[in-house]
Amino acid sequence: MNFDLVFKHWDLFLGGIWVSLHLTALALFFGFLIALPASLSLSRKSRFSPLVGAYVYVFRGTPLLVQTYLIYYGLAQFDFVKESWAWIFLREAWWCAVITFSLNSGAYTAEILRGAITTTPKGELEGAKSVGLSDRQVTWLVLLPSAMRRALPQYGNEVVFMLHGSVVASIITIQDILGVGRLVNSKYYIAYEGILAAAALYMIITYLLVRLFRLIEERYLKHLNMDVGKARTLPGTIEGIPAMR
Amino acid sequence: MDNLINFAPLLGRGVLVTISVAVLALFLATFLGALGAAAKLSPNLAPRAVAQGYTTIVRGVPDLVLILLIYFGGQRLLNGAGGLFGASHMDISKFWAGVISIGFIYGAYLTETFRGAYMAVPRGQAEAARALGVKPLVILWKVLLPQIMRVALPGYGNVWMVLIKSTAVISVIGLGDLVGLADKAGKATRQPFVFMAAVILIYLAITWVSSQMLRRADTWANRGQGA
Repeated sequence: MNFDLVFKHWDLFLGGIWVSLHLTALALFFGFLIALPASLSLSRKSRFSPLVGAYVYVFRGTPLLVQTYLIYYGLAQFDFVKESWAWIFLREAWWCAVITFSLNSGAYTAEILRGAITTTPKGELEGAKSVGLSDRQVTWLVLLPSAMRRALPQYGNEVVFMLHGSVVASIITIQDILGVGRLVNSKYYIAYEGILAAAALYMIITYLLVRLFRLIEERYLKHLNMDVGKARTLPGTIEGIPAMR
Repeated sequence: MDNLINFAPLLGRGVLVTISVAVLALFLATFLGALGAAAKLSPNLAPRAVAQGYTTIVRGVPDLVLILLIYFGGQRLLNGAGGLFGASHMDISKFWAGVISIGFIYGAYLTETFRGAYMAVPRGQAEAARALGVKPLVILWKVLLPQIMRVALPGYGNVWMVLIKSTAVISVIGLGDLVGLADKAGKATRQPFVFMAAVILIYLAITWVSSQMLRRADTWANRGQGA
């Protein structure tokens, strides 16, 4: 094994880290924007609930890779897509990845938030109503802040799984961490080093994220008297698995 | 649409490959998970440390990275070992590389599932059996295992649902599974959307059937538990 080649190309790997983190952050951001209204609609049985439910079911029930192929390779099949203004974005692997990952993360996050919303103690909402808050105020000032806090441990898993899911980007030519690892591998005809370096980087970032979320949980879940450290020491413990891809 | 009908036998073969990889990987994962859980619950430090390392590494690294590592790295290792014995070049089968990688990954998740389920069984169950003079292996098989299975079933079902979706990534190393074959067919007919949409529907069908079966299994496992 010869890791000199990896260290020689540290700048490539640094770029890969940036691409992976950037992609993950964008997907999580847009995913959250989708998840907020989606989870409210799901927990309240509104007119749109069946539609939103179908969206969540499809994106959680199929592989991220296939979703990405559908949007990146699939949409190019239609001439009307190629002739529309959207083609400026849809012809780029980067934007296809951002769109797919956001929709995917939105579905998982919606399900996480829906779970937290429906398990909100009734007394919290009744108390809010009894002091004279309007429905909108109850939603934005009581229901969502409380649900989002309790969703934190699972959302931490979602963040890690989104980072892990973002490797799909390397398959559609994006130079993320794995993309750079494979590039270095194929450039020098080596079998392990590039991918091993990528694996190590993913692992370091994963554990930094887990650490970060533990700190956030300690801050925001303190009042619940939860045993934060023990409740979730690693991503993907039993309760976290449904959030996986 | 015509293309989809023409390629139906091909897609059918892809479905078979996907399901066989997934089921074989589930067997391997179950074995590794049981082994891992036993190691994590062991009073000795060495097996605990090995199992901890196993689950830590697997859960820190994306599935595709591990698959590539096992496929290309395993290829090197095999040829290196074969070279020592004077064997000529050998190819790792993509199918088995997929089974081993996916099984290895989900074994780590099942380790946690099984460990949690074991700890959920009250200690008094094993203690009572021991007080009656039941042999340790019989205690495990007849007293603990049926209860562990009941607790572990929901988590096990989740792992299966995630695992079957995870097999899609093996198409990246060139395995002719559902995704790999549909990708080729889509490119050949210039109708990638039609084929990928079909793949999505097939995956939804698989997850739907799985969830129905799991619901039944859950009812069966919880019979006699009341409500």
